[in-house]
Amino acid sequence: MKLADILQFSLNTLKSYPTRSFLIVLAMALGVAAVIVLTALGDGARRYVIQQFSSIGTNLIIVLPGRAETAGSFPGAAMGQTPRELTLEDARWLGYIPQIRRYAPLNVGAAELAGASRLREVTVLGSTVDLLPIRHMELAQGGFLNQGSENNAQIVLGAKLAKEFFPDGSAVGQRVRLADRRFIVSGVLTSQGETMGFNSDEIVIIPIYQAQALFNTTSLFRILIEVRNRSDIPTTKQAIQEMLIQRHDGEDDVTVITQDAVLSTFDRILNALTLGVAGIAAISLAVAGILVMNVMLVSVSQRTAEIGLFKAIGAQSHDIRYLFLAEATWLSMVGAIIGFILGQFGSLLIRIAYPLLPAWPPVWACIAGIIVAIGTGIIAGILPAIRASRLDPVKALGSK
Amino acid sequence: MIELLGICRTFQMGDQTIHALNQINLKIIAGEYVSIMGPSGSGKSTLLNVIGLLDRPNSGRYLLDGSDVTDLSESEQAQVRRDKIGFVFQSFHLIPRLTAAENIELPLILAGIAPSERKQRVEAALLAFNLVERAHHRPAELSGGQRQRVAIARATILQPTALLADEPTGNLDHRIGSEVITLLENLHHSGTTLIIVTHDRELGLRAHRRIAMRDGSIVTDER
Repeated sequence: MKLADILQFSLNTLKSYPTRSFLIVLAMALGVAAVIVLTALGDGARRYVIQQFSSIGTNLIIVLPGRAETAGSFPGAAMGQTPRELTLEDARWLGYIPQIRRYAPLNVGAAELAGASRLREVTVLGSTVDLLPIRHMELAQGGFLNQGSENNAQIVLGAKLAKEFFPDGSAVGQRVRLADRRFIVSGVLTSQGETMGFNSDEIVIIPIYQAQALFNTTSLFRILIEVRNRSDIPTTKQAIQEMLIQRHDGEDDVTVITQDAVLSTFDRILNALTLGVAGIAAISLAVAGILVMNVMLVSVSQRTAEIGLFKAIGAQSHDIRYLFLAEATWLSMVGAIIGFILGQFGSLLIRIAYPLLPAWPPVWACIAGIIVAIGTGIIAGILPAIRASRLDPVKALGSK
Repeated sequence: MIELLGICRTFQMGDQTIHALNQINLKIIAGEYVSIMGPSGSGKSTLLNVIGLLDRPNSGRYLLDGSDVTDLSESEQAQVRRDKIGFVFQSFHLIPRLTAAENIELPLILAGIAPSERKQRVEAALLAFNLVERAHHRPAELSGGQRQRVAIARATILQPTALLADEPTGNLDHRIGSEVITLLENLHHSGTTLIIVTHDRELGLRAHRRIAMRDGSIVTDER
């Protein structure tokens, strides 16, 4: 029997049992679609998180005071203090490292903002003008810390705050009070929405000197550093550590994190999540495979007389084996293709419903889903095919 | 030419051994018209199955056209069956989801013959067996006589040397049955060896050679 005839004949056989064939194809298709849609979701979540991270800034290195490890017995440790402060002077020195494009020292606190007979508690960032480009923030109106005004009592309002305090849009130039100090609004941030649980629309930014005076501290909360090239990140990290050890009398008492490290951790976690979800979906493929086997076995016993006849008119065992295998292959192949289309369509629906989530199914998941589906279908077809080919023709003809 | 030498075929029924065929020696020359008769359980169907290579004897030798086919492998036997033997069954054994033409085409597909030639030969067969108008009907839409004609067309499409019929009229009324027999006899006239198993005496007597069986042995062999 020729291959083309086997394929044609088995396809015709399947067509003559439309309901049964449709149901198996459906089961296979749902399995493949589940793999594709779920991996699209997982991978979409991964991309979403990475996107959010990148929107904080690019090529970032963050320096924070204190070591994130337990070492020795330093008296202040029990009181939550760090051995040595991270100071503005430290930050200024870091600025001399050639790979660093810009840096922004950062102090964070909360204070009461009052103005235009309104009052509310706000998060206060104290920093320099470089904070804006590093954090990818932009001013909608006015300016901030223009040349020579680093110590002036000026304040930048988040978009939402500006709207709440000055609904007529006349925020720039207005006087406000932050805690017990007076500031002039020099600018308003453009609205950015929430990234990583941090809403830049509800903050105020003041010069770092003002912030340190306001919160009565000389210690920085963070130093944000933007490196010129992505490839310089490891060497820059090294240089920062060396410089700070030198400045801190040989003590390694700061923590330097790179954005890349945080990113790759998230990447790993979410990739594992995607794989796990894909694995769960793959179970449905295995179930579909068992279904194929079950239906093929039923088919063999229903068509026993037919198999006997095939043998009587000269079909060899391998002809019968191939015929049944071809049926299983058709079912799983058509199921896989329909499942692929369904999966792509489902992912498209998710992307339409949640535009923020880039739910594109990864190529590996599509290929693996299709191959696993066809593979399980064929493997599931082997046992029934062998059973059919081994039927005794005399007994097979007698059944019915 | 079919030659059986000391063929035995036994079945195990619980702890009882049944000798379906007991030391059968039989020689059928090409072109003969043979009927095999006997009560049910006499072993006539088993004999036909052994001749048709559907069943293997427990002992003895079987020579078909001079070559020993007893010990051929299963797939070699299938090829011999395909090329030299045609089967006609009491219950027709047509595949219900295929049309008359497709049923007739089956042996040609199994033999790996090209579609264009298949089409030609099926059309010739439909014409020869007066089935042209029924070509695209499924078995369920055919009468008993038409079904058996389809089955005979299928059995002869590869021009076998021997045509084996197991109670070919068993499911047909008398008139249709004799039409089918006439058809088989016409095939015999054109040179095919015809072996009919039946317990219909009238039918059996029409054959040129009449074999009677009982309890797995040949009792009479008249020509």
